Amino acid sequence: MPVTTPHSRRRFLRSSAALAAAAAFPLPALAQKAPRVLVIGGGFGGASVARELRNLDPKIHVTLIESNATFTACPFSNAVIGGLRDLKAQQFGYDKIRAGGVNVVNDTATAVNPASRTVRLGGITLPYDRLVLSPGIDIRWGALPGYEQAAAAKMPHAWRAGDQTTLLRNQLVAMEDGGVVVMSVPANPFRCPPGPYERASLIAHYLKTSKPKSKLIVLDAKDQFSKQRLFQSAWKELYPDHLEWVSLSAGGKVTSVDPATNTLSTDFGKHAAQVANVIPPQKAGRIAELAGVANQTGWCPIDPVTFESALVPGIHVVGDATIAGAMPKSAFSANAQAKVCAAAVAKLLTGAKPQEPRLINTCYSLVAPGYGISVAGVYAPAKDMLAEVKGSGGVSRLDAPADVRAAEAVYAEAWYRTITTEVFG
Amino acid sequence: MKAMSAIALGALVLSPVAAIAADPPPGATSCSGCHGSNAAADSPIPKLHGRDAGETLAAMVAFRSGERPATVMDRIAKGFSDDETRLIADWLAAQK
Repeated sequence: MPVTTPHSRRRFLRSSAALAAAAAFPLPALAQKAPRVLVIGGGFGGASVARELRNLDPKIHVTLIESNATFTACPFSNAVIGGLRDLKAQQFGYDKIRAGGVNVVNDTATAVNPASRTVRLGGITLPYDRLVLSPGIDIRWGALPGYEQAAAAKMPHAWRAGDQTTLLRNQLVAMEDGGVVVMSVPANPFRCPPGPYERASLIAHYLKTSKPKSKLIVLDAKDQFSKQRLFQSAWKELYPDHLEWVSLSAGGKVTSVDPATNTLSTDFGKHAAQVANVIPPQKAGRIAELAGVANQTGWCPIDPVTFESALVPGIHVVGDATIAGAMPKSAFSANAQAKVCAAAVAKLLTGAKPQEPRLINTCYSLVAPGYGISVAGVYAPAKDMLAEVKGSGGVSRLDAPADVRAAEAVYAEAWYRTITTEVFG
Repeated sequence: MKAMSAIALGALVLSPVAAIAADPPPGATSCSGCHGSNAAADSPIPKLHGRDAGETLAAMVAFRSGERPATVMDRIAKGFSDDETRLIADWLAAQK
């Protein structure tokens, strides 16, 4: 486990034995000055870390750096695309977080210097004792040939919620009945493993109810996916004429796209789309790469106890950007990781030893209005990873009756209200 | 290793007792992702903060055994032993 403290002490405090010693003999520098924690990224992970740190110890100076003045949440944004929800229900400000004593800076961090423990921000340099990155995802532009940044204006990804969500929704509304919608799904790993299939469900629901002569074709770079049997069983029942899923082995992998003609190509043919939704390959958000905490995979290896980077001491990473073993890239995971990370950071700042955590994830998907399914898991550190606790977790029962599906849809909504209130309310 | 343990023990003794008591046991902070600490009385997902520890523990044990029907809590309850669950229930009961 990487263990560090401010620069001048770093050499002294290399091992956990030294860490324990630090607790016995508090460091004057830390005892006299309020510790400074910078958090970059104000989504479910970063905003939760910032708030939790203030709750744990109001003496800690917490600064949250976020590019956008308004956060647009991804969970439930598929319902916006399906016409079941307003984008405004996805949007949150930072006023309450500010009121809780977090210094929220609406700007973009442009550089991290781990040696001097500083972050560059516009024209200024901010020092930190510990830095937490919760940068979410970036698109790997060009990784899917033809899908460069400009292509997203024509073939939206809508995998970062906001204008892209609205664009895809508007394209679906403008499409004439009888049009073909084509969705491309990437190989693992990517943000929200069941997300593409929830989106496919809610687009199919929209087509079935509003444009019944239309159809959605899902071209997938995988043969297996999250909650697969539940989704497929629901699709057979609800959308037999409106949703076709093409697996990797059936030739579903998209090898290139052409925004000029709205065409997606596989090794076996071309699909012309009236509406094309390209969910592209992804990587950790840009600042992760700039800080040196992303490895060759584009994602960030972390210590599963503290969420400290395995590559750069003093920097922690939470949320979608991490390589978190069995824990999926979800808002619930990011929030759970954030609370564990904040507790560990608070301990490390005082020289105490963070405790072995246990984490929970629950992800709901809507297959139709009033039809919810879920996957859940309990996770604990195992070697350098987070592993699922044996016997725990799994998906909703395949044979569950309609009232259970309805209850899970209600719980999904309740979860969203709870978590957005905890993080932003 | 012995010396290290002794130092670690020293750290415990020197730390404020209140801070140790307030530390949530492993897994406890994840609960509020669904069970809001300020959840309204009519929320479909019940509030656990301040709830009687015996009630929470009994519910978890019944979810785990399948005695009590569940949508998701059976899958989560199986990730914790009786002792681990009791610590979480006690901590939640002590929260406002």
